[in-house]
Amino acid sequence: MSVVMLSLTGLCALLIISILFFILGYLVWNGGKSLSWDFFTRLPAPVGEAGGGMANAIVGTLKLLLIASLMGIPIGVIGGIYLSEYGGRVFGFIVRYTTDLLNGVPSIVVGIFAYSLIVLHTKHFSTLAGGFALGVMMIPITLRSTEDFLLAVPRTLREGAMALGASKWKTITSVVIPAAYRGILTAVLLALARVSGETAPLLFTAFSNRYWSPGWNQPTASLPVMIYTYAIAPYEDWHRQAWAAGVVLLGLVLAANIIARTVLSRGIAVPR
Amino acid sequence: MEIPANAAATARVKIDMGIPAQNPEPQTPARIQIEGLNFFYGKMQALHNISLVIPANRITALIGPSGCGKSTLIRTINRMHETVRIARAEGTILLDNEDIFRLDVVRLRRRVGMVFQRPNPFPKSIFENVAFGLRVNGFKGSLSEAVERSLRRAALWDEVKDKLHKSAYELSGGQQQRLCIARALAVDPEVLLLDEPCSALDPVTTAKIEELLFNLKEYCTMVIVTHNMQQAARSSDFTAFMLDGRVVEYQPTARLFTNPSDPRTEAYLTGRFG
Repeated sequence: MSVVMLSLTGLCALLIISILFFILGYLVWNGGKSLSWDFFTRLPAPVGEAGGGMANAIVGTLKLLLIASLMGIPIGVIGGIYLSEYGGRVFGFIVRYTTDLLNGVPSIVVGIFAYSLIVLHTKHFSTLAGGFALGVMMIPITLRSTEDFLLAVPRTLREGAMALGASKWKTITSVVIPAAYRGILTAVLLALARVSGETAPLLFTAFSNRYWSPGWNQPTASLPVMIYTYAIAPYEDWHRQAWAAGVVLLGLVLAANIIARTVLSRGIAVPR
Repeated sequence: MEIPANAAATARVKIDMGIPAQNPEPQTPARIQIEGLNFFYGKMQALHNISLVIPANRITALIGPSGCGKSTLIRTINRMHETVRIARAEGTILLDNEDIFRLDVVRLRRRVGMVFQRPNPFPKSIFENVAFGLRVNGFKGSLSEAVERSLRRAALWDEVKDKLHKSAYELSGGQQQRLCIARALAVDPEVLLLDEPCSALDPVTTAKIEELLFNLKEYCTMVIVTHNMQQAARSSDFTAFMLDGRVVEYQPTARLFTNPSDPRTEAYLTGRFG
């Protein structure tokens, strides 16, 4: 019986891993072929002309993620601290529940929200509006995982600090958060990775741009929207560019992960 | 504090009536006086009318079966119970004749340190663990001297002096517990509360900690909760036996263990329950 279970679970694991590797391999294979230095340094070429790159989209994505982080990380982390350390029964429940609902809101609806709140008022598409939409999406992910990681900090650690005369706030900032720090950072990176690939909320907020975005208040290109535009275009050359953009987006997420893990391997972790 | 001349007599009368003695050693000044303490978790009463006098610079042990309220009692002395939302304490606890419920809780906990059941070092270096209480309390002076003094008092200095800036989690369980004692000692507490400090440790390490506690009497008054009756018998000067949220008997340790005056104490000590 245990042999059957072992082979069954092993088979499932193998299946999942092979699907994952197939997708990754296909992406790297197709994207790698069309990746060149030009891709990182040049603007998109006019239709019919071969070559060109997506430098503006790479920078655009980074700018969007910066705004999203500035908004999503503080609200998410501080909200998570509130829920885990202070949240009352009723209000805590309401916050938790709305956060979960927000997490389930389709990303295109978040896009419409940013559109009606910012684009309609400023009367043009902008990096700001796109970053805002992504920031809204980051909040629930960051908030709930921050809460989970803080709750996982043993109660005895808090008591140890309070027994030494530390106030509640001091206990949270100097013992609880440092103990949960790695988890929170991982959560933030997961949230970033998740929104970095979002296309729908950017379609009518950041829109797109074939040139350098002239300012935060102007439309900007981004990798996901470029992939979308290029992949459905009728040109063979654009398809190749879309594959390359996919690889770059993947690389971006991977780089964030690796950097985080190197940072995380320093410092002291709480054994669980 | 001043001890009334007839305190011993009063104490004896109370024993005869089956009510715990107040001060088991009237010639020693009291550090803590607990009077008429009732404790509630919501509607459940966990402690009933507790009165105890804890003599200064002695070790007082609280023994009794699980759930008898000994941990609750010890956690009331530094008001740790306030971290539990539904907990409520009524009555008086005096620390050097000051009502602890009127003291600022941060100042109280500076004066009454605590060591927990499982070693709970912070995710910091050994040095920072000991320095934590000093930093929190705005200590002005040489941190490294204070840290060394505390580690020496906790008999840990020689083992850690070369790795002060390594993680506290690299230490063994017994070392971690001594580190927690050093951490509590760093702020020079008058009282040290120990909530089953050896329950997670092996016998050799336990012996080390007991020896350490004996030597600490010079600096502070200790209250130790223990499940282990041999430990209470070995290391404490006074023992209070608790049952169902009440103090059944409070005596000098030698007398309580050899000649208990309450049949319930005797039953517990001889292993008939608990």
